[in-house]
Amino acid sequence: MLADIGLFAVVIAFLLAVYATFASFYGGRKECPAWVESARNAAILVFPLLTISVVILVYLLYTLDFSIAYVADVSSQAMSPFLRVTALWGGQQGSVLFWAWMMSGFVMVVLLRNWQRNRELMPYVIAVSMLTTAFFIGLVVFITNPFARLWLVPGAQELTIAIFPPASAMPYVPKDGGGLNPLLRHFGMIGHPPTTYLGFTGFVIPFAFAIAALITRKVNDDEWIRATRRWTLVAWIFLTIGLVLGGRWAYDVLGWGGFWGWDPVENAMLMPWLTGTAFLHSVMMAEKRGMLKKWNIVLIILTYSLSLFGTFITRTGIIGSVHAFAKSAMGPVFFLFIGITFLGSMSLLFSRWHLLKSEHEVESFASREAAFLLQNMLFLAITFAVFWGTVFPMISELINGTKITVGPPYFKMVTGPLFGALVLLMSLAPFFAWRKQGVRSLMRALLVPLIGSIIISIIWGYLHRMHPNSIFALWLASFVTMAILYEFWRGIRARMATRSENPLLALVNLLRRNHRRYGGYIIHLGVMMVALGFIGEAYFKQETQGTVGVGESLAVGGYTLRFDGLRDYSGSDGREIIEASTSLFKGDQLIRVLQPRRDYFIVQEQPSTIPGVYSTPGKDVYVLLVGWGENGINNATFKIYVNPLINWVWIGALFMVFGTLIAALPSGRQEGSYALKAVELQPVPGD
Amino acid sequence: MKRKLIFIFLTQVAILFFVSIVAYAQGKIPTDDEVNTIAKKLYCPVCPNTPLDVCETKACEDWRAQIRDQLTDGWSGQQIIDYFVAQYGERVLAEPQRKGFTSLVWMLPVLAVAFGVVLVWQVLKNWRSVRQPPIDSPPPAPISPETLARIEKELQEMK
Repeated sequence: MLADIGLFAVVIAFLLAVYATFASFYGGRKECPAWVESARNAAILVFPLLTISVVILVYLLYTLDFSIAYVADVSSQAMSPFLRVTALWGGQQGSVLFWAWMMSGFVMVVLLRNWQRNRELMPYVIAVSMLTTAFFIGLVVFITNPFARLWLVPGAQELTIAIFPPASAMPYVPKDGGGLNPLLRHFGMIGHPPTTYLGFTGFVIPFAFAIAALITRKVNDDEWIRATRRWTLVAWIFLTIGLVLGGRWAYDVLGWGGFWGWDPVENAMLMPWLTGTAFLHSVMMAEKRGMLKKWNIVLIILTYSLSLFGTFITRTGIIGSVHAFAKSAMGPVFFLFIGITFLGSMSLLFSRWHLLKSEHEVESFASREAAFLLQNMLFLAITFAVFWGTVFPMISELINGTKITVGPPYFKMVTGPLFGALVLLMSLAPFFAWRKQGVRSLMRALLVPLIGSIIISIIWGYLHRMHPNSIFALWLASFVTMAILYEFWRGIRARMATRSENPLLALVNLLRRNHRRYGGYIIHLGVMMVALGFIGEAYFKQETQGTVGVGESLAVGGYTLRFDGLRDYSGSDGREIIEASTSLFKGDQLIRVLQPRRDYFIVQEQPSTIPGVYSTPGKDVYVLLVGWGENGINNATFKIYVNPLINWVWIGALFMVFGTLIAALPSGRQEGSYALKAVELQPVPGD
Repeated sequence: MKRKLIFIFLTQVAILFFVSIVAYAQGKIPTDDEVNTIAKKLYCPVCPNTPLDVCETKACEDWRAQIRDQLTDGWSGQQIIDYFVAQYGERVLAEPQRKGFTSLVWMLPVLAVAFGVVLVWQVLKNWRSVRQPPIDSPPPAPISPETLARIEKELQEMK
């Protein structure tokens, strides 16, 4: 009964979304406000309706109504109430509904907040965002319905999953469900899908505004960019959090000692992040200088399409095998939708090409405009390299019939130098002035950091002379970091001198007064910390594997791991656990007892390797139990990774979130002190 | 004659020495690290996206055991990798080859970057060239009295 209400709500939501798409478009074309307002009301209603079905699905998961196929698939009695709720996005059917629900929520907020402000764009904003929402609700209704039931057809070998009972079928209710994939029971994987989907759906809003601006020919003024600046930031930071949570999950659960494996599913998420980051920067060019207007539209179209592509890849499993594509109707339908929206919006852009005009010229290649342009190009080049490496196995199989693998070596080799160039640009670009940058003022901002970073990297390079390749990377990281910190220091010093504030107050006021600029710096600092994690992984990572008996030791990178014994026991949630007890020594000193273990989920027949980790800001010692003696438990095989600097990835992510919060602050009242402005302008070139 | 005998003797000693080294080397059991160094470069066909050195499945365990056996028999790393490619095809390689159709995967990103650099250069040059206004461009039309009156009226209303 409840499931029927949920289903009914989804169907009505679908009809309303389709209606809103056409009515708003028609109303916009015919300039008929009644149609547009009707469409608006329909669009706003979609969210409460989908909320009803989401709440019902969560309730069914929580109360374990196993007559519903989705519940029987992802929920089970052994799961905690919390996990049962998160099973909403633990499988395909639920997560597509979840996607549509978030999307409709965003649309509702836009309609309530921007209805008056962006009146002319609204008809098409509704049309584009509701078209996307309708597509996802359509998938829920017709292809991957979470409310479908299990049926037993007499004589059939397998259960049938359908909404309406097949002829002479009996409802079937299993005693227990399969339960959430054990590998997904981790905070990273619980937080990863919602944050990622918030990011993906969030980018639909700027896209909808851009398309609306193109259709209404109001694209040359930057109303659409100003209206969506904060949406872009919100979408971007959620996508960032999603990426990092995914990395953390891989590090804690997958047991291969790293956080980023260039897996197609990871790449699918990285691509919209890359184009979204480029967009985030390049809209500043449009806001401040009225330039790169065509680029911005290209970038947001790409980000939208790649967000859909990301959902497509993770939800259809096409990369794992081309054949998975045809198994469900979802693949082809999805592919068609991405193709149509991409080609449609690109041709719309070309039809409006002549309307988009640059307002300013630049005087020098050494200008912030040039830096922004180069940065855009690098982001797009990385995106292309990642895209090409991700889809090439498919292309090779389709064209040549040869299956190939494009593994991490390709991605590291191709994107590594490009990321390096991007970081170099990141150190210089914020200090470049618009139009033209003089050498002297650039030196004033960068000389101290340059000298400081050279000294640091020489010392560091001497201490790590066995890894000569790392010196350049470390110089770059320390240069960027010091340049940003020095910039903060100069700002604080200026405030201290002119307003006699104490350093802390000066810092707070600096952030408040120029929150976009300094928020951006904090994000850049966070990016450099994440980069440190990648530098550690690329140059300093050490690993060893070996089989040892009880009391014997294994050594790597100055650490010794002593094997003390094995025990096995049953966990509470249907897992058998084999746990090793080991002691980690540095030199002769015991520093930590680690218990790496191997869990085996009996019902799901799924093993899971849980590392024992000794974690410090400098490095992690990450121990895996790889194997143990078959007859008796006298020996065990361990794999030990020494992962330097890896914790900076997580710390850096926190900085990025903090910086984004600052950058997204509402612009407060400007202080009216001319003296202060004059002083602050002087030491801050390029403002 | 005596010298010849000594030469033969020395040669035999040398040969014996060499053979025993080879035998010793072959008898030595390779470490897990040596196996993993090679396994890192391979992917088994049934576990997509998981490199062989960290894959937990039985099939991958068997592959690693095979690599260990081959190392014990004195195969070089390249020989072992070639063997797996010959047996299971190109897909076992983590790093795609740089020949044939597969070389496209490497070439296109390089071309894309080259194209991007040229494009950026062109755009920048375009930006820098100070455009002369066309000589015969009409002077901006003066604002008509009606428009002025309307603006005045709207300003009044705003107050």
